[in-house]
Amino acid sequence: MAPTALDHLLEVEGVTVRFGGLAALSDVGLTIAPGTVAGLIGPNGAGKTTLFNVLSGVVRPQSGSITLKGERLRDHRPHQLAGLGVSRTFQGLNLFGHMSVLDNVIVGADRLARGGLPEMLTGLGRYQRDERELTARAMAALEEFGVADTAHALPGTLPYGVQKRVALARALVSEPELLLLDEPASGLSGDDTAELAAKIRGFGRRMGVMLVEHHMDLVMDVCDHIVVLNFGQVICSGPPAVVQADPAVAEAYLGTPAQEENGD
Amino acid sequence: MASSLRRKQAPAAATARASARRGPAGLWNSLPVLPRHLLAALAALALVAVLTSVTDGLTALRVANVGYYLLAVAGLQLLVGFSGQISLGNGAFMFIGAYTTALMVLYTPMAPLAVVMLAAVAAGCLAGMLVGAATARLHGPYLAGATLALAVGLPAVALRFPDLLGGSNGLFFSLRGAPPALSGLVSDSQWKALVVWFVVLLALVVLATTSRGRLGRRMRAIRDDEAAAATAGIPVGRTKVVAFVISAGCGSLAGACQAYLLGTATPSSFTLALSLSLLAALVLGGLGSLWGALWGALALVYLELAGEELAHAMGLGSNVANNAPVVFFGVILIVIVMAWPLGVQGALSRLGRSLRGR
Ligand SMILES: Nc1ncnc2c1ncn2[C@@H]1O[C@H](COP(=O)(O)OP(=O)(O)OP(=O)(O)O)[C@@H](O)[C@H]1O
Ligand SMILES: [Mg+2]
Repeated sequence: MAPTALDHLLEVEGVTVRFGGLAALSDVGLTIAPGTVAGLIGPNGAGKTTLFNVLSGVVRPQSGSITLKGERLRDHRPHQLAGLGVSRTFQGLNLFGHMSVLDNVIVGADRLARGGLPEMLTGLGRYQRDERELTARAMAALEEFGVADTAHALPGTLPYGVQKRVALARALVSEPELLLLDEPASGLSGDDTAELAAKIRGFGRRMGVMLVEHHMDLVMDVCDHIVVLNFGQVICSGPPAVVQADPAVAEAYLGTPAQEENGD
Repeated sequence: MASSLRRKQAPAAATARASARRGPAGLWNSLPVLPRHLLAALAALALVAVLTSVTDGLTALRVANVGYYLLAVAGLQLLVGFSGQISLGNGAFMFIGAYTTALMVLYTPMAPLAVVMLAAVAAGCLAGMLVGAATARLHGPYLAGATLALAVGLPAVALRFPDLLGGSNGLFFSLRGAPPALSGLVSDSQWKALVVWFVVLLALVVLATTSRGRLGRRMRAIRDDEAAAATAGIPVGRTKVVAFVISAGCGSLAGACQAYLLGTATPSSFTLALSLSLLAALVLGGLGSLWGALWGALALVYLELAGEELAHAMGLGSNVANNAPVVFFGVILIVIVMAWPLGVQGALSRLGRSLRGR
């Protein structure tokens, strides 16, 4: 086996995040193997987005460790993640509203350009080549998602489904090794969701994927492994069949049986 | 020899044929960004040369004024329109440029003009780095407040050190006009207008190249969504500081050009009103495009003039007349922004789109 091959692309251990008195995450651990799709599910407010924010360096955990490709991340800042091969989409779309779709995706590819500040200022050196290569990559990504014809439009003028594809293209264009998807199916039609499922399975062959999603059919369909969060705690973890059969998971989604009985 | 010549000619001919097919627009667009901007700058300089040679010395000075205001507003455009940081204090960077120029001319009289101008840029960039680093974490009204303090505070430095900076009278110096060899051909004011525009256009080439490329795109991304920009690997804080440095360098160079034209640097030219006018001109011209800076600079020079003439024609008292240009400018600003929220450039580009769409 080559020395670079790793069992775990990402290893999260004992991560705890408190917002004031609220424990958004307590002692959360999970691993993602390269070339697999891991699902992260749980009711609203369970802490899924918070875990993404910890991974991206937006939120600092009170304790715990994150190991990426065998290397521990310490006090990492959000902009350093792209360079480490981590890309994410947002629960809101967070597209750049006053930039064309093409420019949105070119920004996603920016880390692949090699010119430095002097070149960016003067137009000398790699400037022209960087521009050409980034544009070509961005167009290819837009074509992959079937939205190349919108390249010169502003995102806000496009249907929601198209905007979601643009956001995916922006995250994918940098060729990440780990892709974090926060509710990619929310607001999509049935057809679009089926297409998305095929796409996510495709990503899963090229990279590790962590999928946060409320759409259970999609999750059960595409994930190799699922982690269930409730009130910031991992209550279940395993392959889809195991998670589906676990009564604790159903309880978390439906509210505890005791509460329901009391309520009636 | 002959064969190597032929080999060289073949691709050139092919390129010429291809561009002939695409027409002049195709040829223009096929050029790399830097030569394209340099050629445009050369054309603009030729235009200024023609304009100043067919008009009188007073007009030449006004054309030169448009030049340095254009640079100051364009630098502000990069900061506000591109990186999304507000500055109510860019007049302070013009102050730095003007005083650097005055001090250099007075204390190192042998330094060539290019060195003086470069020193002004360096001083401005240094100040911009300090201000940018200090304010990188501030947003909206807090950033506005901090830069406002700069605009108010810095000119007061001239009063604190009257021996060095001349107090409220400022510094006076004399600079050479047209070189003796050209004295019969161009007047002093025409020469100075050309020098100012040469400097301004050179700086604009850098600004245009920067804003069209990765750095400009990074700034716009940060302006639109900091979190998403950081996720794409863009160093948000550093890019914001770079925007401040470039903007301050341009402001300072604009101040240096003003000092070069007037032969003075006085604190009263760099009041808060100047900083606010620069911002108003930017909004009037249109946020988000360097062309907006041109319309803004023209407005700064010619609306003030129109305001003065209006006050004069209405026979207003000097107290009222002194403020008339400001009021006039303000009224025009409000009318334009109400009619076209994206300023003059926004209206022009919409017009262009609808013409092309048909
Ligand atoms: N920056 C913050 N400051 C304070 N509280 C926060 C912050 N971010 C999240 N929270 C709280 O932490 C908890 C977990 O939120 P999080 O956004 O991670 O949930 P989620 O699992 O993504 O939910 P959803 O499915 O609704 O997106 C919630 O109670 C939320 O209100
Ligand atoms: Mg969430």
